[in-house]
Amino acid sequence: MSAQVKLSVNGSLVEVPAGASVAAAIAQLTTQFRRSVSGTHRAPLCGMGVCFECRVQVDGVAHVRACMTPVSEGMQVITDA
Amino acid sequence: MPDRYDVLVVGAGPAGLAAAQTAAAHGARVGLLDAQPRPGGQVWRHDVRHQAPRAAREAIAKLQGVDVLASHSVVAVESSALRVETAEGGRLISYGSLILATGARELLLPFPGWTLPGITGAGGLQALTKQGWPVAGKRVVIAGSGPLLLAAADTLRKHGAQVLGIYEQAPAASVHAFARQLRHWPARALQAIGLRVRLAGVPYRFGSFVRRAQGSDSVQRVDIDTPTGTQTVECDLLAVGYGLVPNTELAQLLGCAMDYLGPHPHVGVDRLLRTSMGGVYAAGEAGGIGGLAVARLEGAMAAHIATGHSVAAHALAPQRDRERRFGALLARHFALDPRLHALGDDSTMVCRCEDVTLGDLNGFTDARAAKLATRCGMGACQGRICGTALAELGRFPRSGARPPIFPARLATLAGLTTLPSDDAYRGS
Ligand SMILES: Cc1cc2nc3c(=O)[nH]c(=O)nc-3n(C[C@H](O)[C@H](O)[C@H](O)COP(=O)(O)OP(=O)(O)OC[C@H]3O[C@@H](n4cnc5c(N)ncnc54)[C@H](O)[C@@H]3O)c2cc1C
Ligand code: FES
Repeated sequence: MSAQVKLSVNGSLVEVPAGASVAAAIAQLTTQFRRSVSGTHRAPLCGMGVCFECRVQVDGVAHVRACMTPVSEGMQVITDA
Repeated sequence: MPDRYDVLVVGAGPAGLAAAQTAAAHGARVGLLDAQPRPGGQVWRHDVRHQAPRAAREAIAKLQGVDVLASHSVVAVESSALRVETAEGGRLISYGSLILATGARELLLPFPGWTLPGITGAGGLQALTKQGWPVAGKRVVIAGSGPLLLAAADTLRKHGAQVLGIYEQAPAASVHAFARQLRHWPARALQAIGLRVRLAGVPYRFGSFVRRAQGSDSVQRVDIDTPTGTQTVECDLLAVGYGLVPNTELAQLLGCAMDYLGPHPHVGVDRLLRTSMGGVYAAGEAGGIGGLAVARLEGAMAAHIATGHSVAAHALAPQRDRERRFGALLARHFALDPRLHALGDDSTMVCRCEDVTLGDLNGFTDARAAKLATRCGMGACQGRICGTALAELGRFPRSGARPPIFPARLATLAGLTTLPSDDAYRGS
């Protein structure tokens, strides 16, 4: 339970418990995950994979749901906010 | 991993776990798939800081002989097969029998300010928190309806949040009448008492709902309507959910008939959980909100039936019927106040994917016309949030499911042998 994972969020180093979600890692730094089509900031809403408000870029792949994705060591996460 | 199972179970919550274990015990070759990275579903979602309840650990430990297909999202259906997307690509998995244990999501209703970061569902914040979302020291307002608000508050407090209050929309008389009925369900009564004890000191207010939220970068304050007037509360997080609605998209795609409770569909099943489609069964919240006990019983029943053990399934039916009555009790006592249908004004966003406001939809009486004119419901969530909200608000019913039921990569879709016909699109 105590193992920690290090990853990068928008170039900053973030450390979270193993098994945490990418959403949790991002939330250590910012509350803004993506920009809506009219430019307002958005962040996770449902926490369970249905709303798509938590979409970010993970290791070069766009539109990944941060709430559904477990962190891994060295992961590169980029928000769109 | 094989690409064919005697019994394929979709959803690894309590219903799906019970189904998979039971079918495997009957000697069937079983696949259990879930879009989430770990089994457990909603109530037994893995918590990075706290150990899972014993029942959850046992249910997961009993899966020997079952292929657990985690991070597998079902996106489309073919003849006796599901088109599935994984991180590695698309896959076609065929089955003899299919058990739908797709569970439920929260009902989220639009109100002014609800798109601000820091505002989530109630079960939504609970789920995020279990997966490491930082809540320690944060001031949290919990609002909406149903016992899930208490469960969410409990999880949040365990993770160090300061829960400022729980605001239940149902009137006090209704909640108290519900509490009195709990004596007929001793296990639930105990659970409720435990929760109330752990939440001692947290205000639990009835007949109260969030009217609007404000903040600059994220939520800072909320206005709450209470029976004695409006109250403004400063907070860091607002968790608001109005109960649960079944996930029926996959069942609809398979052609299963739906039943309705108010405006929201659930999978129609007979007493032995058979849907209108041969070889397809539904268990747990997918067949109507009933809670954990129903999910476990129905998962086992569906697997007995799917493997030809109808005597064993019949034997569980009376207990299941009893637990289902609890779902009916919940629905009755936590019925939504019609004032919640009027929280949003013309400028309130309803479709968060395409930024369509409630005002943009004035004059439209069906989902398809609204979609064509405004793009409402055409975004990534495919109307799961806005379509369900609009149905609840009495604007128009949500349009039927069409493939892919989750946005999928082109490579996955390219594997589809039967592409959706234009008619399917037009009819939606
Ligand atoms: C956010 C949330 C939090 C909750 N918290 C609690 C709680 O603390 N206590 C409590 O008693 N009840 C809670 N509930 C109520 C919960 O619905 C039931 O207690 C119980 O989890 C229902 O079990 P189930 O097996 O029917 O469905 P679920 O537990 O909902 O499991 C369904 C599973 O199906 C998967 N799934 C759905 N569609 C697909 C697809 N197309 N492809 C792949 N996988 C799919 C989902 O990822 C999910 O894991 C919560 C509900 C929600 C929505
Ligand atoms: S928060 Fe809704 S999909 Fe991730």
